[in-house]
Amino acid sequence: MKKTTLLFLALVLLVAAGCGPTLTPAPTPTPSGPRTLTVMTHDSFDASQEVIAQFEAETGATVKFLKSGDTGAALNQAILSKDAPLADVFYGVDNTFFSRAIKADIFESYASPVLADIPDALELDPQHRLNPVDFGDVCLNYDKAWFEEKGLTPPATLEDLIKPEMKGLLVVENPATSSPGLAFLMATVGHFGEDGYRDFWAKLRGNDVLVTAGWEDAYWGQFSATSDGDRPIVVSYATSPAAEVYFSEGKYAEPPTGNVLGDGACFRQIEFVGILRGTANRDLAEKWVDFMLSPTFQADIPLHMWVFPANPKAELPEVFQFAEVPPKPAWVSPEGIDQNREKWIEAWTETVLR
Amino acid sequence: MTRRQGDKETKGWMDKDTRRSDRVSLSPLLRVPLYLIPLAFLALFYFYPLFSIFRLSLAPEGQPALTALRGLVNTPYYARTLWFTTWQAALSTLLTLLAALPAAYVFARYQFRGKSLLQALTTIPFVLPTIVVATAFTSLLGPKGWVNQALMAILGLDRPPINLVHTLAIILLAHVFYNYTIILRMVGGFWANLDPQLEAAARMLGASPWRAFWEVTLPLLRPALTAASLLVFLFDFTSFGVILILGGPRYATLEVEIYRQAVHLFNLPVAAALSLLQIGCTFGLMVTYTRLQQRITVPLQLRPRQITARRPRTRSERWLVGVNVAVMILLLVVPLLSLAERSLSAGQPGYSLAYYRALSVNLQSSIFFVPPLLAVRNSLLFAGATVGLALTLGLISAWLLARQRGRLGRLLDPVFMLPLGTSAVTLGFGYIIALARPPLNLRASPVLVPLAHTLVALPFVVRSLLPIIRGIHPHLREAARVLGASSWRVWREVDLPIVGRALLVGAVFAFTVSLGEFGATVFVARPQMPTMPVVIYRFLGQPGVVNYGQALAMSTVLMLVCAAGFLAIERFRYGEVGEF
Repeated sequence: MKKTTLLFLALVLLVAAGCGPTLTPAPTPTPSGPRTLTVMTHDSFDASQEVIAQFEAETGATVKFLKSGDTGAALNQAILSKDAPLADVFYGVDNTFFSRAIKADIFESYASPVLADIPDALELDPQHRLNPVDFGDVCLNYDKAWFEEKGLTPPATLEDLIKPEMKGLLVVENPATSSPGLAFLMATVGHFGEDGYRDFWAKLRGNDVLVTAGWEDAYWGQFSATSDGDRPIVVSYATSPAAEVYFSEGKYAEPPTGNVLGDGACFRQIEFVGILRGTANRDLAEKWVDFMLSPTFQADIPLHMWVFPANPKAELPEVFQFAEVPPKPAWVSPEGIDQNREKWIEAWTETVLR
Repeated sequence: MTRRQGDKETKGWMDKDTRRSDRVSLSPLLRVPLYLIPLAFLALFYFYPLFSIFRLSLAPEGQPALTALRGLVNTPYYARTLWFTTWQAALSTLLTLLAALPAAYVFARYQFRGKSLLQALTTIPFVLPTIVVATAFTSLLGPKGWVNQALMAILGLDRPPINLVHTLAIILLAHVFYNYTIILRMVGGFWANLDPQLEAAARMLGASPWRAFWEVTLPLLRPALTAASLLVFLFDFTSFGVILILGGPRYATLEVEIYRQAVHLFNLPVAAALSLLQIGCTFGLMVTYTRLQQRITVPLQLRPRQITARRPRTRSERWLVGVNVAVMILLLVVPLLSLAERSLSAGQPGYSLAYYRALSVNLQSSIFFVPPLLAVRNSLLFAGATVGLALTLGLISAWLLARQRGRLGRLLDPVFMLPLGTSAVTLGFGYIIALARPPLNLRASPVLVPLAHTLVALPFVVRSLLPIIRGIHPHLREAARVLGASSWRVWREVDLPIVGRALLVGAVFAFTVSLGEFGATVFVARPQMPTMPVVIYRFLGQPGVVNYGQALAMSTVLMLVCAAGFLAIERFRYGEVGEF
């Protein structure tokens, strides 16, 4: 019985291999062939062909990317596969998932020499298991034309959102299912404190806030500037207005949307790269981390991922003149987020939805 | 390749005993290994990964994670979620039946122009990403949508009268929109092969049309009707995108809650327990269904469809066809057209092909750029592999199930349906743990994509085939034998033409499931072989009207490829198969 089962297991695999594209060999490097570096990351990762080609030319290795869903899904997959890592490097852990990654102990320490160029404020791990690559702010965007037409002043602070004239104007993402949604919840926790944020959300609920599952359905489904929806304020990114100009085929010289930059109204997300524990390509992985922090890769980041490079030596593209940096973003420590995430989301759900 | 393989297998059966043709015997030496193929497939790519993730989640260090589970029983929230999951699925299924059954009748009994095109169009919703469908609904029914604008103008209102954002109504509407085609194809396909003379005879004997339907047609239809309803129910029961995006945050099904627990809270014990609950419900439902199914299946007089379908003649017949076609166009075609229209017009004055041209320009020289044709090719490669694999395995499984009427059959039948009731994220995480060692290290291999698609497609193929295979009248085969047909000829001219139609229905669903990227692949680490839905999501991930326009353009391409695929499959002829 066992033999027949095995025989037919083999048969099924043959059928599968015959129907599908050819099986890729396991990513173990052979001394003769070219080496492969596998980078696991989230769906939003992007880079220029030339930049990746430069790394491949310098090292003689091939870079393979494994996109594995949003940040949370990708990180969970990396944690689940820690006994037999899927990749050599993981890029995309942010400060809201930082502690989960550190606690799971899936990264090896590596103090890249390029870290000397990176501002200390972005470095959260003294043991250098996770090195900062970029940062961006989750901010409120508003529809300029809508406010002009109505003769209303756009909001400037979080407190403005609970004024009566702002009733029914805001759409936010659910922090239980969305990364910008969680970041905005963190902004309110950071700004109003653990005692005050629920009260603020209760008032937002009274002001008819709309909650969507993710950024896509808020931005493409409800935001009046970019969809058939009727909500002129949305939780998005501080760089979204610049992206609106860049991706408009010359239609806009100025952004059609503006940022709400008041104190504590935005939340800063820092993204990190780390070498996965157990990699067989430690030397290549180190070179990749150095490369991601170097000015070549860093200058490529803004137009591809719409965040700011961590390395100040990298030059910013012209359209980033419209990407504003909030002077005082809110801050909650990664440990605080990790310890309280479930509690805060639960309390938020209780306050806003039930 | 698949088909040839199928021929050989079935020919083997037919060479043997034909006196008891309902239970053709094949030497156990051949039969057992053959049956083992689909079972091995399920064991390897379903039970093994599932078992691995459950063991890790529920007993991390060999100790059961009891504390995490205690909250599950104590919190009324989960019981409420299960209740909502169940009743919304039941209600959605009922509404889908009400909307699609009349159309199934019209499609089975009447010939009219544009019929196969219309049928192809009704299946397109199946492949569209929910987020794209949501924008189509907003453009039609949203505050600035056509319907509200028209109503405001006609009734002189100053506020939009219809507000469907995040309501139960939009969930139900979307479920009907997505699943209409299951009823139309599975019930309509079966109905078309039923002999209309039976109902005519009842009428002749004085029965009213209603009574003739109720007492003659409905009992004959029941196997296909219950099979299709079951699939619709399971799809609604495990509904994810529709609930999350259209329903909004106040509604949650078990599937949504499992995703939330597994991905965002990384609470694996609770996610696993909820998955088990969902699988348990599916299994319970299937066991009930299997018992019911065995009672209601009767041998049928199946007829080719040229005989059963004709042009509408009387005024009331034309009216019946007209009303059903109108409903289908309003419900299914108009939202699709509005998407295509916007891909030509969004964010610009007048119409142009700008976004289609932009699809093949790598503006930022991105490493992840895919020329549209390559994305189409990748999608079709995966879909082709899925169709081949699902039909092969499905045909064997259906013959196996049709022959096992005892306890084994009652146990096996539900097992084949379980993948439909399993949360995608749970299975996806299971692959990560289970398929980690050579020779099975498929985690980052493109092969895993069609394998995961096949898992979801297999239940459709099995459910399409079973009612027909069980319904083949043993006398048909006997008669053919008596008239001197060789066993090969019996199979070719009796079995194949009858099963062929159901095979095509199964192929259409397997193709659709794969093109729409259903199930576990969403959570599988993807190699660099992006398909059309992946490209759509990539565009929707960044702001800017050009990204939006390109997402709509790619969605339109997906719709066209999908429709072309359906028409091609339906034109597929093998002997007399296509004639049915």
